[in-house]
Amino acid sequence: KHWSPHGPSPCPDELRLMAAPLTLLLIVAVTIRAVLFRSSLAELIPERVEVVSPLNAWKRGSGIIMMSSYLFQTPLIIYFFHFVIDYAEIVFMMADALTAVALYLAVKDYNKTVFRKQKYALEAERYPLDCLELIRTPKEMYYIPLKVAMFYLLNPFTILSCVAKSTCGLNNAVIALFILCTVKGSSLMSAIFLALATYQSIYPLTLFAPALLYLLQRLYIPVNWQRSSFWLFTTQYTFMYLGSLCVMVCLSFFLLSSWDFLSSVYGFILSVPDLTPNIGLFWYFFAEMFEHFRLFFICVFQINVFFYTIPLSIKLKEHPIFLIFMQIAIISIFKSYPTVGDIALYMAFLPAWNHLYRFLRNIFLVSVVLLACSALFPVLWHLWIYAGSANSNFYYAITLLFNVAQILLVSDYFYAYLRREHHLTHGLYLKRKDGSEATLVLK
Amino acid sequence: MGLLSDPNRRRALTKLLTRLNAPICVMCYLAGVAWFMGLAFEPFTLRTYMSENAMGSTMVEERFPAGERALATGREFAAHKKKVGGMPVDWLVKTMQSRGLEVFTQSFTRKLPFPDENKERYMVRGTNVYGILRAPRAPRTEALVLSAPCSEGNNNNQAVEPCSIPTNLPPLCLLLVPSGGDWSPLQGRGGSIQAALSLELSSDVITSLDLVLEGLNGQLPNLDLANLFYAFCQKIGVLCTIQGKLQRNDWDTTSGYSHAAQTMMLMVLKQASGRPWGDHGLFLRYHIEAASIRGINSFRQYKTDTTTIGRLLEGMYRKLNNLLERLHQSYFFYLMPSLSRFVSIGYYMPAFGLLAVILLLRALDLWVQLGASPPGTEDGPSSPGVLSILTPVVISHMTGVALYTLPILSQEMAVQHFPVSETEAVVLTAIAIYTAGLALPHNTHRLLQGEGTEEGWRVLKLVALLYLAVLLGCTALINFSLGFILALSLVPIAAFITPHTPKALSAAIMVLLSPGCTLLYCVFVFQELQETPVSLQDGWMLFLSVISQGILDHALYGSLVYPLLALLIYPCWLLLWNILFWK
Repeated sequence: KHWSPHGPSPCPDELRLMAAPLTLLLIVAVTIRAVLFRSSLAELIPERVEVVSPLNAWKRGSGIIMMSSYLFQTPLIIYFFHFVIDYAEIVFMMADALTAVALYLAVKDYNKTVFRKQKYALEAERYPLDCLELIRTPKEMYYIPLKVAMFYLLNPFTILSCVAKSTCGLNNAVIALFILCTVKGSSLMSAIFLALATYQSIYPLTLFAPALLYLLQRLYIPVNWQRSSFWLFTTQYTFMYLGSLCVMVCLSFFLLSSWDFLSSVYGFILSVPDLTPNIGLFWYFFAEMFEHFRLFFICVFQINVFFYTIPLSIKLKEHPIFLIFMQIAIISIFKSYPTVGDIALYMAFLPAWNHLYRFLRNIFLVSVVLLACSALFPVLWHLWIYAGSANSNFYYAITLLFNVAQILLVSDYFYAYLRREHHLTHGLYLKRKDGSEATLVLK
Repeated sequence: MGLLSDPNRRRALTKLLTRLNAPICVMCYLAGVAWFMGLAFEPFTLRTYMSENAMGSTMVEERFPAGERALATGREFAAHKKKVGGMPVDWLVKTMQSRGLEVFTQSFTRKLPFPDENKERYMVRGTNVYGILRAPRAPRTEALVLSAPCSEGNNNNQAVEPCSIPTNLPPLCLLLVPSGGDWSPLQGRGGSIQAALSLELSSDVITSLDLVLEGLNGQLPNLDLANLFYAFCQKIGVLCTIQGKLQRNDWDTTSGYSHAAQTMMLMVLKQASGRPWGDHGLFLRYHIEAASIRGINSFRQYKTDTTTIGRLLEGMYRKLNNLLERLHQSYFFYLMPSLSRFVSIGYYMPAFGLLAVILLLRALDLWVQLGASPPGTEDGPSSPGVLSILTPVVISHMTGVALYTLPILSQEMAVQHFPVSETEAVVLTAIAIYTAGLALPHNTHRLLQGEGTEEGWRVLKLVALLYLAVLLGCTALINFSLGFILALSLVPIAAFITPHTPKALSAAIMVLLSPGCTLLYCVFVFQELQETPVSLQDGWMLFLSVISQGILDHALYGSLVYPLLALLIYPCWLLLWNILFWK
């Protein structure tokens, strides 16, 4: 047997060994950002529609704090920056570092759990014999947390987002902390951070289901409607979540002594009045649409984001962390004002699923398309806005292609995950009834 | 979606693509070239037509009478110019004011990074004189521009001739005598400029008019502007050309086809150069549709008098005045094999697409090969693998940065130590750095502690192929001609270079197809097509001056060709060079 009985659980020496590369990584990442903040690009990047949306754009007026879209930021964020406005660059760099460290610790802990589970399953001889090559080894799992941190910190999308001072970086930090607290099993902190994320941009609401599933799993409470312990914990978690959300909203009310922020922040997110082009799917569609269909299609588009929660939660109820990944990806594809910073967050998880690599089918195609689209965004924007020779259709075509590639990427991972689980229960080399080799086909 | 999800069909397709990869690539290349050459064949092109309603059906009347007066003004201008030894600003202001224009001047200076030997200047300085003709009863929010360059070199004597045209003309007409550079603030303002024409008449006798469309970075004005010019030339009966070539009707003969092909090739080469080929090229960047009209004195049997040219311009301005919105109906991406025929983006892009798909096919092939190697070794060499890929990529790009920055930075030092002028110093440094880049692979390998696995070069080549594909794709979108010419020379070497090909032969081919050599061939081909063939010696001198002009265009107008070649294309080529010498 080539897996060690201890798993990736680190002894103190190992911890020290791992901390050094992480520190190095943080230093490199902060240096890159600091250099970019001082370069001429720092003026250019915040103008790019791919990097900032009206929801998270940042602009500083004369003397007083002023976001470019003052009203679209939540009151707590504005209050927060009231104190740190002079250190904004440091705050954004720290937010990125915090996200990376939180993801690092979370993935590390998660891997430990995965390995423990795998060990029990092996000892109970639950896996078919020909699946041994699917078993994950501590050697290959060892660098995953570091790779996750690296994918987040050195991803050009994150760097751009940070240099543009997009508050998307802060939202990512909150979500990363939420994941960390969930993985560590602290239900109160998890609920608070989830509430904070929801308060920031509504959509993380869909992360409630996976968090609950994970915490239940951690406490060995089965998802069973008849069990009182299930209901007890669910109520408890819901109460914590709604309670902290309530506290935040009321706090905002006391800060501003008006409820206007509800309509200007959440109304802005949900009713999509700003049709500035971005990498999302909303702007072109709603710019072209007749006014009286608008409400209907807004409902359809917004429900689309939340809709996948139910089927995915049912299908992936045993794998809540993968469900979190799926949900974050879906949010960042279908949300109303997506930016590249949102994409960076779910892309950071990709190394955590590198054991699915052999089951991925379109990874080459998808990565080529994503790469090409990222390069074509500024080019077509230039042709449309500055040269005036192309038009919005060119840009939207690329947006569409970019999103199709993202959807393919996510569904590819989803399929690969399910397929691996299928193989783990039914054996790697499937046979048809007549004994010939069978293949799995998704239809 | 069946193709994407059904593993059996996918496997069959991949197998087909990998097995037939080389023949498919060769086919694609030939098909791409053939497609491109076919674009000049008349049955495959479209006849130009006026898309803009406002300019199409309406009739305008040209009544310009003052040809003789214009000629006289032109002669007077020439006399004053000779007397002052530059642009007679005061005289111009006075004359234009006497014609009833609001006249303003604007001075500008711009320091070049090194002296321009073609025009013998180090500092670009000058004065724009512009007059505004305001229409009596109009909202005064929009303007049309007629500009005439007055550079010291050529005898642009009739530059001021248009002064006398707008006797009874559109809402607002702004007359400029411009050059470009850092400017003092404008004093008088017209309206937002809808369209501009730049008039360049270099002699008293005009036999035909040539339309120049190519602007900065290969940008072209809306095709309707060319249509307008062509329509009026037809109406008034003026001989008109594009690229200095007359139109021919014998498309079905070989010589007819080669004539069209030459015209198109000239356009492609001019567009690929990325420099403005007339003063109109600078308007295009500000979203203003503009073209240059150049008077030519070469077809002896025809002669066009000044009144006719005046009528032509008047007619064009009257039509432009009818515009309700900016020109946008017709094409912005086109090639013209003759003035009455055009090829739109939908027709010429497949030619580039066929070349670009080769890169993707090769990349797919490599990907399959990489996947076929045993998966157990995957994470073993991956961490040194990343380093061994990253080193060449970083070093190539550093060379690119050196090529971009050093020639200008080190000119002083070069001038001190070698007996060369500043311009020569810049150009020769650039060539030296370019050549020095070829020595790199050996250095890279010393850094790499003698590894270089079979997998390593495959990954590097995969990276280089995808990089090149994205790069060429983006270039072709902005400037099709440049993208196509680069693809034509870079795709074959990118597709077939491996460390296992015979070293000397492949190295020779690579050097011959490198971006620098491509530029050299383009210089010769361009001269050949313009019917002014040059000897090798002159060609080389021309090549040197083209390099210095490219750098100057970048500094003066913000042309993107030099940074593109130095910072992106050249490093990409170096990556391929690296693969050839992979050990």
